[in-house]
Amino acid sequence: MGRTLIEKIITAHGGGECTGGDVVWMGIDNRSARDFAGANVVGNLEKYGGESPIDDPDKTFFTFDCNVPANTIPYATNQHRIRLFAREQNLRIWDVDAGIGSHVVIEEGLGKPGTTTIGTDSHLNIMGAVGAFGQGMGDVDTAFAFKSGKVWFQVPNSVRVTLKGMPAPGTEAKDVALAMLKEFGSHTLLGRSVEVQGEWPDQAALSDCITFSSLGTEMGAIIILLPPNQKVLNAFGMKKEEAIYADGDAEYEKEYTLDITGLKPLLAAPPNPHNVHSVSEYKDTAVDGVFIGSCTNGTYEDMAYAAKLLKGRKVAEGVMLKVVPATRKTWTRLLHEGLLADLFDAGAIVSNAGCGGCASGQIGMTGLKEVQVSTSNRNFTGKQGRGDTYLAGIGTAVASAVLGRIATVHELEEV
Amino acid sequence: MALLKLQGRLWVLQRDGELISDIDTDMIFHNQYLAITDIAKMGQYSFDNLEGFKDFAQLAQPDDIILAGDNFGSGSSRQQAVDCFRCLGVKAIIARSYGAIYKRNAINSAFPVITMPTAKAGDFKHMETTVLDMDRGLLGSAKTEPMSGVQKDIFFAGGLFEYAETLK
Repeated sequence: MGRTLIEKIITAHGGGECTGGDVVWMGIDNRSARDFAGANVVGNLEKYGGESPIDDPDKTFFTFDCNVPANTIPYATNQHRIRLFAREQNLRIWDVDAGIGSHVVIEEGLGKPGTTTIGTDSHLNIMGAVGAFGQGMGDVDTAFAFKSGKVWFQVPNSVRVTLKGMPAPGTEAKDVALAMLKEFGSHTLLGRSVEVQGEWPDQAALSDCITFSSLGTEMGAIIILLPPNQKVLNAFGMKKEEAIYADGDAEYEKEYTLDITGLKPLLAAPPNPHNVHSVSEYKDTAVDGVFIGSCTNGTYEDMAYAAKLLKGRKVAEGVMLKVVPATRKTWTRLLHEGLLADLFDAGAIVSNAGCGGCASGQIGMTGLKEVQVSTSNRNFTGKQGRGDTYLAGIGTAVASAVLGRIATVHELEEV
Repeated sequence: MALLKLQGRLWVLQRDGELISDIDTDMIFHNQYLAITDIAKMGQYSFDNLEGFKDFAQLAQPDDIILAGDNFGSGSSRQQAVDCFRCLGVKAIIARSYGAIYKRNAINSAFPVITMPTAKAGDFKHMETTVLDMDRGLLGSAKTEPMSGVQKDIFFAGGLFEYAETLK
């Protein structure tokens, strides 16, 4: 019987000939913790770590991306507690200047196709974008992986989604992910490994794959796995034989087909990410602020697209446009290619690299009744402040910032 | 195996007669408190962003049990969303289903999270003292799923690190 992608990745990491439902121990290539929960990981290792709390310092690291640089004393204290521990144990820190940990892991080539990564970021299953295993875990699991190099894991059942057709021009990876949320909500894929195939994923750029897989957490999925296409393999300088793919005769718990032919831009209205509607349904909604960034839409390609749309245009009076590139490398490219100027001249506030709006701090929260369009991944009540957050792609975010109301990228073209 | 039988007041987390689903980690333990690392300070913030139950921490008593709908604990990986309940002495959570990370976190902390796919708000009385029998898989007289093998192993060891010690 053929085997699914997640089963084969787990087997390649010491999990044995496993199948959905089995509980296995699996080896972890990249063991990470962030400034959030990282201090608790250190606390667990001080309590339980004994003489040798770190299995392999070369595979173990911290990434600071939540509150960067720290703007509260407790966060600053936690970050520094981690620094002191890391120095003592010879562990690498991607510190407050580096950006979003999951993106750093991909950028540095650590999280390449077929690898396994765990850490305290609940969106670490973003690694599914490159056909790799990633999983957000709590501080106990993470500390255990630091010490032992492995975690226990219940192999999830695998389902497969076939995306049929191609979306309309001007529709982004975010819209395709929102179409998935609209179709499946937060319960249908709960606890499943979801393999996605079709014409669209076959040609998607790495940045689009990242956006798409980043919303797996909101679908309740363990991971959204995209089999690495040629563009993704090229990004890592890999050959197809070096990556892991599902067997041709793999058996899935369930198969779904979703037709995305001619798909138009979507948004998720408050109060949750699966409250998905067409953007045009909300076009009379006035906007107070727009956030562009996060692990979902913070790559160089996302930023460059925003800059291209904003060049020669202005953010509407009274609207705040907050932009947070995902990583320092992205920031550097934007700076030296002149794209930061396009963002800034249009009226954007551009912050240092990091998670931005999602972890209470870096670039501000929303107040009661404030309406925000955000390219991030969560709009739960209270998540990004007290205001109403609408989740959308880059084009919708920029158009809404320029027009001062929720708008599609096509309306922007008329300005 | 007497350890697996608990008794406490049942918090039926309901809205309009339905068990609340998609209670995420920001409703359980909001991100504004994430810098807290001392478990003794976590309990006071439990559910303080869950509409209708914001006074939970003031009213909760040791041995209380919580009943919720689907996808309980979805969202972030924060262990505090489990530890805040341990801090208050809450003994177990029963839900129709869980966010995967939340379930792991609870299991690793030896905190019982029990799945009950058929749970309905109308079948239970809010705040009534109820027996949870994890051996037989019963909440009152209604059936729950059994704990998995690994969940039981870690539960009896008292946590993931303690369980790992038993493997040596």
